[in-house]
Amino acid sequence: MKYKPKLVAFVGICTALTMVLAYIEVLLPPLFPSIPGIKMGLPNIIILFLLYRRGPVFASVVSIIRIVLISMLFGNMMAFLYSIAGGILSLLIMILLRRLQCFSTVGVSVAGGVAHNIGQILMAMLLLETAEFGYYLIILILTGTISGILIGLCGALLIKRIPESIFKD
Amino acid sequence: MKKASHKTIRNDIILVLSLLLIASIGLFYLFVLRDTGDTVKVTIGGENYGTYSLSKDIAKDIISGKNNEHHNLLIIKNGKVYMKSANCPDGLCVKHKPIFRDGESIVCLPNQVVVTISQNQKDNIVDAVA
Ligand SMILES: [Zn+2]
Repeated sequence: MKYKPKLVAFVGICTALTMVLAYIEVLLPPLFPSIPGIKMGLPNIIILFLLYRRGPVFASVVSIIRIVLISMLFGNMMAFLYSIAGGILSLLIMILLRRLQCFSTVGVSVAGGVAHNIGQILMAMLLLETAEFGYYLIILILTGTISGILIGLCGALLIKRIPESIFKD
Repeated sequence: MKKASHKTIRNDIILVLSLLLIASIGLFYLFVLRDTGDTVKVTIGGENYGTYSLSKDIAKDIISGKNNEHHNLLIIKNGKVYMKSANCPDGLCVKHKPIFRDGESIVCLPNQVVVTISQNQKDNIVDAVA
């Protein structure tokens, strides 16, 4: 494979963008002050955009680099395992639904958001060997759905508005 | 870029509505049907650590980790349980609202501490009747 500096730079920019969005998300007031740990999943806007405009491989590469970098910079091994479980499940579901073509970006994003949360819960159940996560699971399905709609709408705008010329050499 | 057709939008709506339905059934079960618990169970990394009564006020410092480096201060007061302080990096368990219903839990992922409410007396009563 030929080394393509522009491609590498583009991966870098996209990864940086997802990290900025993740940081903004931390600065925003929590969605539910009484239930910590619930996030909108803003970085998924970029992943969704890449999935539609650059394909599954590109989206997966950026998503996984982001999770590894964030965990190395701010988290620990546990945080990495939760993020990667959520990230991979979400990617798989979104790639599958995108391929089936029976949902719009909103449907794909909702399914991806909920899958992300379920992946994290499954990893927590595995690591802590407990099944007492029903409460979290329901709240996370609810918030994953609502934020998935918003992110799907934002993603759809980007997919529509950003011209193909920015990818050209 | 192909525009979203009516069919895909209809599928989106079906997906969203079914997820909301699942969540509301779950919330209804958790907040309406489920009773107050009576027992507080603490596990660390999946292993049993201790069981306490919800009706007796206590403060329990839960020490864990290889070198006893983790601590979570668990408070049982007025029939509710909460984490007063902890040295975990995220502090999420401390921010969690007090719990008291059967099946509710507070989880401290970094310290691997899980606090769960259960209801044992009801089972005993059923056993006695049966
Ligand atoms: Zn904690």
